[in-house]
Amino acid sequence: MNRIIIALLATLALASQAQAGIDESINAFTAPIAHWVGTVVFFKISIAGAQLPLVVLWLVIGAVFFTVYMGFINLRGFKHAIELVRGDYADPNSAGEVSHFQALATAVSGTVGIGNIGGVAIAVTIGGAGATFWLILAGFLGMSTKFVECTLGVKYRTENPDGSVSGGPMYYLRKGFEERGMAGFGRFMGTFYAIGIFVGALGIGNMFQSNQAYVQLNTVTGGALDGYGWLVGLILAGVVFAVIIGGIKSIARVTEKVVPFMAIFYCFFAIIVILLNFTSLPMAISNIFTGAFTGEGVTGGALGALIIGFQRAVFSNEAGIGSASIAHAAVRTNEPVTEGYVSLLEPFIDTIVICTITALVIGTSQVADPNFAGDATGVAMTSAAFERHMSWFPVPLAFAALLFAFSTMISWSYYGLKGWTYLFGEGQFGQTVYKVIFCAFVALGCIVQLGPILDISDALVFLICVPNILGLYFLAPIVRAEMEAYKAKLVTGEIRKYA
Amino acid sequence: MSENVILLAIDGSEGAERALVHVQRRAELGGAKVVVAYVIEWSPYSFNTPEENAQRHSRRESEIAKAHDLVVGPALTFLSEANIEVESIVRHGNPSETLIGIAKETGAAQIVIGRRGQSGLKSLIFGSVAGNLIQTAPIPVMVVP
Repeated sequence: MNRIIIALLATLALASQAQAGIDESINAFTAPIAHWVGTVVFFKISIAGAQLPLVVLWLVIGAVFFTVYMGFINLRGFKHAIELVRGDYADPNSAGEVSHFQALATAVSGTVGIGNIGGVAIAVTIGGAGATFWLILAGFLGMSTKFVECTLGVKYRTENPDGSVSGGPMYYLRKGFEERGMAGFGRFMGTFYAIGIFVGALGIGNMFQSNQAYVQLNTVTGGALDGYGWLVGLILAGVVFAVIIGGIKSIARVTEKVVPFMAIFYCFFAIIVILLNFTSLPMAISNIFTGAFTGEGVTGGALGALIIGFQRAVFSNEAGIGSASIAHAAVRTNEPVTEGYVSLLEPFIDTIVICTITALVIGTSQVADPNFAGDATGVAMTSAAFERHMSWFPVPLAFAALLFAFSTMISWSYYGLKGWTYLFGEGQFGQTVYKVIFCAFVALGCIVQLGPILDISDALVFLICVPNILGLYFLAPIVRAEMEAYKAKLVTGEIRKYA
Repeated sequence: MSENVILLAIDGSEGAERALVHVQRRAELGGAKVVVAYVIEWSPYSFNTPEENAQRHSRRESEIAKAHDLVVGPALTFLSEANIEVESIVRHGNPSETLIGIAKETGAAQIVIGRRGQSGLKSLIFGSVAGNLIQTAPIPVMVVP
């Protein structure tokens, strides 16, 4: 292990010396690939002057279909989801297994991240206030997609000889199509998904996160960390290394405990800012609704607002990407549908609650002072909105962003690992190799300029929506049958509350 | 539901040893059945990494096996040697709440637990199982010093 660390250190030291050169050569090498992959994945069609990427359309149609097909489970299953998370149906004899609450918390900490702070600001900048409306609607529809994919994740998981479990889209794609007599196609889809989630885990689940964390730290320290990307990267990689390879549970535990606290802290102060801008609130809300249908001053009008809103919602809550079903597969339950119910709370928390709060912070600030953020966008824009009322806020916000980034990396390291073990088997040595690669990319994220590399990873994460949602269509009847059977058991009292 | 069931809550501590000895004498005198319970402290509301979740099931099994081997097993042997009817339960959860649940299920007439003798500050922060039981149990609780 020590040799690996030394090798890693040496590579990084070299990388920092030749940083500019490496950046250039990496960019020169990857830019054409990124351009090509991006053009294919984000192939756009022009409708009424707006550019609509087909993959976004694919996700939206899927979400609408699952909402209708499952009988508006996102509305009608909400109360039952809360009861499950609260533990009303938890059998005391299976206490000690992963609880519904734990599964939800783990999946949420994987999705709540930079996107909730910065992504919304980008949506509002490009799509106007109206984008918020579509963002919320996308979150609402995404709840149904999550329901379907997480139910399947549990139903088709694989139990390993050591008692651990592996699940997720690669497993339900393979086994689901196999059951329907399309074994070859299922194997192809499973492998394709596994490669996609592995590469995506190195990009948006890793380099993007560490890069944004570094940028935030550098901004709040007034540029004191300029040129020290390699140092920040090394420290971050070291901490991730300690958790995922060293098995130092305490760090993970601390983060996993601090992250929910930070999310609550963030929402609390966001609500205070909204209240301080109280007089602007009615105007901000009315802007969201009018902007949603008129799209004033936005390129592409209302449709432009819709597209950007939906796109950002998917980036944020990952519904349709299938990542959360990997996390939920770990839960041991006799009723896979219960995990579906629980998971529909994720887009709700992530998009409908947290993203909306951020949008209102920005919206009310804009009403009060249209130029409050200057040219800033992304996290910097949200930060500026807070700063108007609380000059000290950017520092804890940067800290929150760092922790969000860290917990997202830990979650995604697992998603990527499951893609890897699907491809190369569950052997310990292979897993360690993957984890070392993952840590190296954490450091790289702070060193290289992301541009083209991130584009490739972004594109791949969206690309895996294609097999995933296709699989969901094929397997949706199974999910509906499970759901009906489960509901019947609730009615007959076969499944009842313990408390 | 037998009237004469004693629920003995043990945790591997010295206090639990004393409680065990006490229960053995009482059961011999009154011909009671003893339910030996060990609660592994666990909360459904903690935050875990995905990897911890994936390994949770096998961890749980080994935690239960270890509790049987090291704590509950010896107590069972000790009581059976005195010809006392015994039963054992190992379960995860909040200790006092879970013990009360077990007491209800088994129809125990009383709960016997050893005193840990924690310092004031420690029990102030973490609470004491015996203290909580005394406050909340629906049946008599005997604390063995």
